[in-house]
Amino acid sequence: MSTPATEFTLAELMICAAANVWKDDGEVLATGIGVIPRLGASLCMSTVNPDLMMTDSEAYMVSEPVPVGPRGDYQPKFETWMGFSRIFDNVWGGKRHAMIGPTQIDRFGQANISCIGGTYDKPKVQMLGVRGLPGNSISHANSFFVPDHNAKVFVDGECDMVGSIGYNPERLPHGYSLDDIDIRFIITNLCVMDFGGPKHQVRLVSVHPGVTVDEVKANTGFPLHIDGDVPVTAAPTVEQLALIARLDPHNLRAKQLRDNPPGIRK
Amino acid sequence: MNKVMSLAGVVGQLRDGMTIGIGGWGPRRKPMALIREILRSDLKDLTIVAYGGADVGMLCAAGKVKKVVFAFVSLDFIPLEPYFRVARQTGAIETMEVDEGMFLLGLKAAAMRVPFLPTPVGLGTDVLKVNPSIKTIRSPYADGRELVAMPALDLDVALLHVDRADSRGVCQIKGPDLYMDDLFARAADKTFVTCDELVETSAFHSEEEARYVYWERSETTGVVPMAGGAHPTSTATYGFDVKHFGAYAATAKEEGGWQSYVDQYVTPGEDAYLAAVGGLEAVRKLPKPVF
Repeated sequence: MSTPATEFTLAELMICAAANVWKDDGEVLATGIGVIPRLGASLCMSTVNPDLMMTDSEAYMVSEPVPVGPRGDYQPKFETWMGFSRIFDNVWGGKRHAMIGPTQIDRFGQANISCIGGTYDKPKVQMLGVRGLPGNSISHANSFFVPDHNAKVFVDGECDMVGSIGYNPERLPHGYSLDDIDIRFIITNLCVMDFGGPKHQVRLVSVHPGVTVDEVKANTGFPLHIDGDVPVTAAPTVEQLALIARLDPHNLRAKQLRDNPPGIRK
Repeated sequence: MNKVMSLAGVVGQLRDGMTIGIGGWGPRRKPMALIREILRSDLKDLTIVAYGGADVGMLCAAGKVKKVVFAFVSLDFIPLEPYFRVARQTGAIETMEVDEGMFLLGLKAAAMRVPFLPTPVGLGTDVLKVNPSIKTIRSPYADGRELVAMPALDLDVALLHVDRADSRGVCQIKGPDLYMDDLFARAADKTFVTCDELVETSAFHSEEEARYVYWERSETTGVVPMAGGAHPTSTATYGFDVKHFGAYAATAKEEGGWQSYVDQYVTPGEDAYLAAVGGLEAVRKLPKPVF
C-alpha cells in the first residue's frame, strides 16, 4: 500500500482523504452519505480498519463494503439486520462515525441541511429538514464532506438553521462540556480541515495538490487556524486506486465533482 | 371480529383538524391509496405526522394540511419533495421540525402513554428555538444534566400499508424494514392499514411467519385489501416507481401541474389509477431500489 499514483482524479484524492477519517476508529458503524464519503468508508474498511462496520444503505449490516451502483451478480454479505429503529439504538450508544455533506457549516462546526434564507416560517429554499443531525451531533463522531468549498457553505456567522450541535460555548447545554462534542474532519475539494485549533477553531490540515492556503482562506467565511507550513494532501496509492475501481465499478465517482477535475491541479 | 373495510370507510372516520400519523419512510411503504382517498375527500386542516415523502407533498399540494410534524420530507433519489418545498417556501403550513430520533421518541412516549421521554438529542440546535413548545428538563439524579423532554406525539389516527393482513387485523411486514410502523400503530387511537394481500389467519401459523408480525391485532382498527396500494412507494414485493415519481416531481414545475396530476391519477379512482400506472402485474415487477 505504498506506491503513490501519478495520475488520479480529485474525486479519488478526496475518497482517500475521506478514508483516513475512520482509520483509528476501531469497531464503529461508518456511515458515508453520498458516493465519495461512502467510497471513503468502504476503502477504509477494505484496508486500514477492517473492524469498521457498514450497511448496505438499506436495512442490513454487511461483512464487506457493497460496491456502489447496480450490483450485477454481486450478493451483499449480510450479517446483521439494521433497520432504522436499530440505527437509532446504535447512534445513541455512540459507536458510529458519520460523514455527511451539509449545505452550510459554520465556524463552530454547526451544520445545516434544513432550509436557507428568508425566515424560518417562510424560507427562501426548503431543503431536507434536520433529519438525524441533532442526534448524530450529540451522540457520536461526525465528519463533513464539501464538494464545492466556498463562503456560501462555510458561512460567516452561524448557519441559517443550526441542525447540529457544535463547539459553540453559547449553545452548550447545562452539564455538558465542549469535549462531549466530537467533530473530526472536513474533506473538501480544496483541502482537509479539522477542529484542532485553539478552542476547537477550524484548522487547515492539508491542501490538495496545486491549491494555495490563500485560496482556501478566500473561500471560507470565517478565519482558519494555520499552524506553520501546511502540507499537501497525500496522493492516492496505486493499490488504493485499484480498490476504488473495484468498489465503484460503474465509475460513479467521476460524476460527483463538476467536470471531474484531475487530482493534481495544473 | 371482522375489520375489513373500504378506503371510503376509513376516510369516512376521519375529521377536519385531526392529527394523522402516516407510516413508512420517504418513498417506502406508504399507504398511498389511502392518501389518494383523502385527496378525493373534503377533509382539511390536518396535522400530518410522518417520516415524509410524496404522502406529505401530495397532501400539502391539495391544501389538506395545517401543520406537518417532520424530520425530513424527501423522495430520497429526488432529495427535495417538490410540493412540500412549495408549501414551506410560501409559508402555507405550520411545522414542528424535529430530529428523526426525537420523532421516534415522541411516538414511543405516546405509545407508552407518558407525556414525554428524555433525551439529549436536540440540545444546542435550532430545533429548540423553532419549537418553543418543546421544553427541556434537568435530570433529577446526581448528573443534573439538561435534557430535552420530547413530547408525546399523540395521534388520532395512524395510516399504514402492510404486506399481508387477515380480517382480524393481524398485520405482517416482510420488507427489509418495518420503519416505525409499530410505534405509529401504538401511538394512535385508531390504526387503519391497507394490505397488498388479505390472507386467512392460518397463513401466520408458523414461527417463520409470526416473526414478521410486529404489533398485536388489538392495535389494528381496520383493514383494507388493496393490492398495489403502496404504489408509487415500495413494499416487500415491489420497488418504488422511479419513473412515476419523476413525472410527479416534474408537474411541480408546470403551470397547473398539480391539477393535471390529480386529473390523471387521483380523481378517476383506484381501479383507474392501477390501470394508468400499467396495471398490478407491472407494479409487482418494479425493481427494488439499489444504492
